[in-house]
Amino acid sequence: MNTIYAGLAAPISGLAADTDWSIMRPQLLEDLGKTLYMVGMSLLIGGILGLIVGLALYLTRRGNLFQNGVIYTVLNILVNIVRPIPFIIFIAAIGPATKAVVGTTLGERPAIFAMSIMTTFAFSRLVEQNLVSLDPGVIEAARAMGASRLRVIATVIVPEALGPLILGFTFLFIGVVDMSAMAGVVGAGGLGDFAIRWGYQRFNWEITFVTLVVIVLLVQAAQFLGNWLARRVMRR
Amino acid sequence: MSTSTPPIVEFRGASKHFTVKSGTVKAVDDVSLAINPGEIFGVIGYSGAGKSTLVRMINALEPATSGTVVVDGHDLSQLGESALRGLRQEIGMIFQQFNLLQSRTVARNVEYPLEVAGVPRAQRRRRVDELLEFVGLTDKKKAFPSQLSGGQKQRVGIARALATNPKILLADESTSALDPETTRDVLDLLAQVNRDLGITIVVITHEMDVVKQICDRVAVMEFGKVVEEGTAYQVFSHPEHPATRRFVATAIKDKPDADTLARLRSRHSEHLITVTVHEDGGHGRRITDALHDHNVRGGIVYGGISEIKQRPFGSLTWGLEGAAADIQGVIDELRRYTTVVDLGTAAHPVDGFGYGADAAFQPAQHSVNAQPAQPAQPVQQAGARTNSQSQILGGDQK
Repeated sequence: MNTIYAGLAAPISGLAADTDWSIMRPQLLEDLGKTLYMVGMSLLIGGILGLIVGLALYLTRRGNLFQNGVIYTVLNILVNIVRPIPFIIFIAAIGPATKAVVGTTLGERPAIFAMSIMTTFAFSRLVEQNLVSLDPGVIEAARAMGASRLRVIATVIVPEALGPLILGFTFLFIGVVDMSAMAGVVGAGGLGDFAIRWGYQRFNWEITFVTLVVIVLLVQAAQFLGNWLARRVMRR
Repeated sequence: MSTSTPPIVEFRGASKHFTVKSGTVKAVDDVSLAINPGEIFGVIGYSGAGKSTLVRMINALEPATSGTVVVDGHDLSQLGESALRGLRQEIGMIFQQFNLLQSRTVARNVEYPLEVAGVPRAQRRRRVDELLEFVGLTDKKKAFPSQLSGGQKQRVGIARALATNPKILLADESTSALDPETTRDVLDLLAQVNRDLGITIVVITHEMDVVKQICDRVAVMEFGKVVEEGTAYQVFSHPEHPATRRFVATAIKDKPDADTLARLRSRHSEHLITVTVHEDGGHGRRITDALHDHNVRGGIVYGGISEIKQRPFGSLTWGLEGAAADIQGVIDELRRYTTVVDLGTAAHPVDGFGYGADAAFQPAQHSVNAQPAQPAQPVQQAGARTNSQSQILGGDQK
């Protein structure tokens, strides 16, 4: 995947290396593109699935619209098991499942597969926590007006919690960027891989630092966008 | 109310029991009650008395566990989920905390029940404008609930509850979060809804003032049971159950409580009597005539007369001076028309209100425990409320 010859050609001259940015810049941009692609896909897939699982957790809670102790307990335990696993171990551990679903364990798609699963579980808990704080009174009011349970979910529960959900999703973005830094172990490239391979392993502090700046800017931009969207939604 | 029209809401031995860890809580226990079309019916009780659960049995947010609830001719236990949703569109509801959708504007909040009912958009918009004009909030159309005052929020709640032209409006502590002036405005609006639109209103409250101002009839609830029921005037003028008496005492502060009575006795050595004043008798002139006829001198030392549904009601406490036999003559004569409570003199007090020995004989110690105690809310009752609220959401699974 990577243009390995460029690395071999670079002089191994220790900390004081003069970085040849005419070679490194395209490499950096390519890895930035990979990170954005992996993060974007994982957020899309994990966001949708996480919203569904999070809603399921909330709705099956005691006293809620689809109260169901068995489903709630199973989901709750599953989320608790998966979420604390360090991602670098998780991505290796689900190798067989990745192979079965994606067909290979090397490259961007296997990385996206693992990241989407972890994102789903992480987001589901965020969704649940934000929904739990919803005022049950508005749900009762909608029920009293004759709204069906599915209508209540679509027109009351999600819209009323949209602001906090957007902020939660923004928070998630940072976690997913963090995960993507470990995608190098399955040969998926990306900014994390770039910083380790060209910066850390070659004692090129300059490259490590530039990559860091790029990631910080990326996260700042995402947080700014998320805050702006949430503010627009929460005109209260 | 004519007895020939069938009731619009009828409870027949209806109960709602919740199972909790410590056993069964009877939130509503074997209630039979009929609410007539076009009236404003009050249900009063302390928190935990079961009144919130009772009102939610009318729109089946809380299905009865036994007995029958009939609304507009339908036995609720015979209706399926979709029929119940249809029925709920004919029953408006307003809440203590307003329960407006924070993410929607005032207009879109009022529009919500119309969306649920499947009304076409153009028609919805027209109806919303009508309703906002009715509640006087046309200029707040595009505002969000967070930008409104409590009274305005409740007006939006009322407009929303009226959107689908319901036959019944349920008001669950609808003024309890409002200040006295706003409470009056909202109650006036409810009275207007009842008068102009002919909508039956069921008002749940713990404030007797609300009953006094707008209710035609009232039921008093305690520990899940209806302990007294009648016209508002009846219940105010002749309260029978102790709980009712306590509620009446909060709304009409005409009778001296134990502390006040002790202070009256310390200031007035005369013979004290409390005379009930109502429209059928016991009015001021009768009292002064009786005093004159029996050669007794007297003056008013305490009391108050107010209106219940535009009819006068209250009581006056008099200090009488004269021969004991003459004073007894006055009491006997007045008792032909009204209720007279004989309180005796400071030297020989009579515990006419049943305040207990402390109140009658040891004035200095009253403040400690002479006040009639409010019933302590049992822990189980508190549990019942929480449970009933959490049950609401999963209600239709059962």
